[in-house]
Amino acid sequence: MTTETLIGQEVKRVEDHALITGRGQYIDDLRLPGLLHIAIVRSPYGHAKINNIDVSAAANATGVVSVFTGADLAEQLGSLPAGWLLDEESTGMKTPDHPPLAIERVRYVGDAVAAVVADSPAAASDAVALVEVDYEPLDAVTDAEKATQDGAPQVHDDAPNNLAFDWSVGAGDYEAAAAEADIVVSERIVNQRLIPNPMEPRGIMADYNGGTEQLTIWTSTQIPHLVRLLFALVTGHPEHKVRVVAPDVGGGFGCKLYLYAEEVICGIIAKQLERPVKWIEGRTENYIATTHGRDHIADAEICGTSDGIVTGLKVEVYANLGGYLSTFAPAIPTILFGLMLGGCYKVENISCQVKGVFTNTTPVDAYRGAGRPEATYVVERMMERYAHELGRDVLGVRRRNFVRPFKRGHDMPIGVTYDSGNYQAALGAALDIFDYQEFRQQQRAARSEGKLLGVGFSTYIEICGMAPSAVAGALGAGAGLWESSTVRVHPTGTVTVFTGTSPHGQGHETTLAQITSSRLGIPMENVEVVHGDTERHQFGTGTFGSRSLAVGGQALMMSLDKVIEKAKVIAAHEMGVDTKQVRFENGTFYVEDIQEREIPWGDVALGAYWAKNLPPGLEPGLEAVSFFDPENFTWPFGTHIAVVEIDEVTGETKLARYVAIDDVGNVINPMIVDGMVHGGIAQGVGQALQECAVYSDDGQLLTGSMMDYAVPTAEDFPSFETDRTVTPTPVNALGAKGAGETGTIAASPAVVNAAVDALKHLGVTHLNMPLSPEKMWRTIEDAKEERRARRSAAARRGN
Amino acid sequence: MNVEATITINGTEHKVQVPPRTLLSQLLRDELDMTGTHVGCDTSSCGACTVLVDGNATKSCTMFAVQADGSEVTTVEGLASNGELHPIQVAFREKHGLQCGFCTPGMMVTAVQILELNPAPSEAEIRSGLRGNLCRCTGYHNIVAAVQHAAELSGGA
Repeated sequence: MTTETLIGQEVKRVEDHALITGRGQYIDDLRLPGLLHIAIVRSPYGHAKINNIDVSAAANATGVVSVFTGADLAEQLGSLPAGWLLDEESTGMKTPDHPPLAIERVRYVGDAVAAVVADSPAAASDAVALVEVDYEPLDAVTDAEKATQDGAPQVHDDAPNNLAFDWSVGAGDYEAAAAEADIVVSERIVNQRLIPNPMEPRGIMADYNGGTEQLTIWTSTQIPHLVRLLFALVTGHPEHKVRVVAPDVGGGFGCKLYLYAEEVICGIIAKQLERPVKWIEGRTENYIATTHGRDHIADAEICGTSDGIVTGLKVEVYANLGGYLSTFAPAIPTILFGLMLGGCYKVENISCQVKGVFTNTTPVDAYRGAGRPEATYVVERMMERYAHELGRDVLGVRRRNFVRPFKRGHDMPIGVTYDSGNYQAALGAALDIFDYQEFRQQQRAARSEGKLLGVGFSTYIEICGMAPSAVAGALGAGAGLWESSTVRVHPTGTVTVFTGTSPHGQGHETTLAQITSSRLGIPMENVEVVHGDTERHQFGTGTFGSRSLAVGGQALMMSLDKVIEKAKVIAAHEMGVDTKQVRFENGTFYVEDIQEREIPWGDVALGAYWAKNLPPGLEPGLEAVSFFDPENFTWPFGTHIAVVEIDEVTGETKLARYVAIDDVGNVINPMIVDGMVHGGIAQGVGQALQECAVYSDDGQLLTGSMMDYAVPTAEDFPSFETDRTVTPTPVNALGAKGAGETGTIAASPAVVNAAVDALKHLGVTHLNMPLSPEKMWRTIEDAKEERRARRSAAARRGN
Repeated sequence: MNVEATITINGTEHKVQVPPRTLLSQLLRDELDMTGTHVGCDTSSCGACTVLVDGNATKSCTMFAVQADGSEVTTVEGLASNGELHPIQVAFREKHGLQCGFCTPGMMVTAVQILELNPAPSEAEIRSGLRGNLCRCTGYHNIVAAVQHAAELSGGA
């Protein structure tokens, strides 16, 4: 058995036993003696002035302990921060105050207004109805484009025309390229608003010890350390006296990646009352109080030669940010969108302008993919739009424009350097599974039988492995984005690994144990992975942006190397040889060619703590801490192929087949990677076919519950066909790029391209998501009507 | 005023006194501390709270506790017996049918009934049977594989 045996193996998950036997510990499963329950009073208006709040009836209700308004807690609560600040001078960025409890004005349905504390969840929610808020409704605006027009209702007085920022990036000279181009194609590409829908809504429990001034906050989050830091900055409660714990977290997909109002509210109320409190978000509440994703209107233009060489892409965007700036919101439609617009193509001239806009809607921030799905949708949709306009094959055009394979760095005109790529190989691997020519024959045959089949491609790339801190900082990040690890070897040789990443379904306890076991040559059962607790592990950044293995895994490798180096010194001393002579393999230290001299891992661990025979000057113990700050992002890529079947009579669009080739670099656990790819595909397909958050003009969320918002079910998908190509990244020693978001980024353009392909013969050139049956039926009927009109006009001309 | 009910849960009889509006999910979680059954929505849509009531997969958030008076209830905590995992639990682990794990208890309980009614279901039958249970992590791919595997383990397929 070599030490590398578990790397690349489908090891079953360490996490599962507790979760399949009902022993998970999610927020609402936690209990404390004397626990009080909080329910939040929320604005029913999209935009209103608060004239008065009368809490007396609620405060006197049975079981109610206290009611707090924003005015009661103004000093302690502070203002929620935007954690990503774009350059103020060039973008005109505005960062209006964001009180956790609204005081004078509410800016979206769901904006928190008061907090009721009671001795049971039922008493707290009953009393919410007794809080009388005198609202004076104001005109609201929910559409980002309309919000920028003169005369639109103003969400924040200090953000004229509701502009939070006006950001741009570019390469070459798009206008010159368009002037010289044989063909210019334009399209409005809308990436609709989505609701993330982790199966566990958010929840918080907080407890305060007045004796030690220690405040503990349990919260369903992806970023416990950042929550602690931001909580301390916002409330002034010292950081070292705040402990944030993320227990089992039931999914996140980006929406648990911020400091939320409720975290501040619960923490401060626990401190104020010196009683433990808990708040559990209902699903309908989740739909209005937890961030949404996307909501991105892009006017796109692509230009190129008549023989299929793309020379330019221009994009002008209205990005809806909602009522306030959420923690990472400014980064999503800017950095994570604009820098991706080259895709995997040699496009020299790019122009991108993004207006970030306040509206009377729930704040918008990262949702799985976060900016990159929006970019990929524009790029992959416009590539096919351009190919169709030329009458050329969509794959031929892509191949003509692909960046050539490279192993170590490729500078893109937009100013970023891709790490490694082989886009041709991924497309080739996908076409090994999917017979394109045969499909075209099937498609023709089906059409003659009145069936509409279409195929769509997405040869995507993404930016992840967040992130080189200096680069991110220069682009606006308000925190370093490195990751940390601690490897603590115990005297018996078992190991506890502490990581700053904070999994919520990604299986880090398994993957990081596989790495540790393989490096140290000890059984996986002897490794425990600890995460999600600021008191157990030093500062870490958390889990988002497909960073945990590419950044956190590398931080672990560094700590493992450090303990092995120290262990070698101890072993060499024990064996009476020079450290340079000591080899370490399969959990054994040995000296080449001297068979009798070998020491097992456990003996060295014990020796490190017993300390009776350590080299002079060497500290006892065996533990290492590392911080890894990558030199670049990582850039996974691949080819996804969707086949859809459209029912001409009902307009229903069904995903008939889905093939995905992803290149995420080296893989530690293929089972876990495949699982994440499946889930990502489902979210991308869900966006393409059925999901959409809808607001009325006055700011009511019309898709306000799971009865109204179409979360896909098992019946909506076929089984997926997935495989990989492997192009390791040079950015980290593991060669791992990150796999959490590929599916979501690739899937929606593949599906929409497929639907357009199915209707191309009717003259359809673009479709806006979601491809609901009604929309598709109308599109087909309108297209047929137009075709009839064209034919009769032609017939008349013929006469 | 509280109401009384006698409910057999995972083979143990419980005599309870609860406010009439107490939901079965609240009784299980808050009164009896069986927190394996999760609540993920407020519209009977997500199925995370699914338990078996007299053998039928039932959303425990949509049923009053008193309605289960005289019934036999099985929750995720009752799937394993004598320290041995139920085939559906083995299959979920083996086929990576869970990621965050929040939907998993309800998903497994529903799968138990699917296999009870049809020991060798087709993929389409499994997908149809699971449509009342939402998962956001897996795209259902490996959940379907897990149910198929459980059918094999139980000698069905």
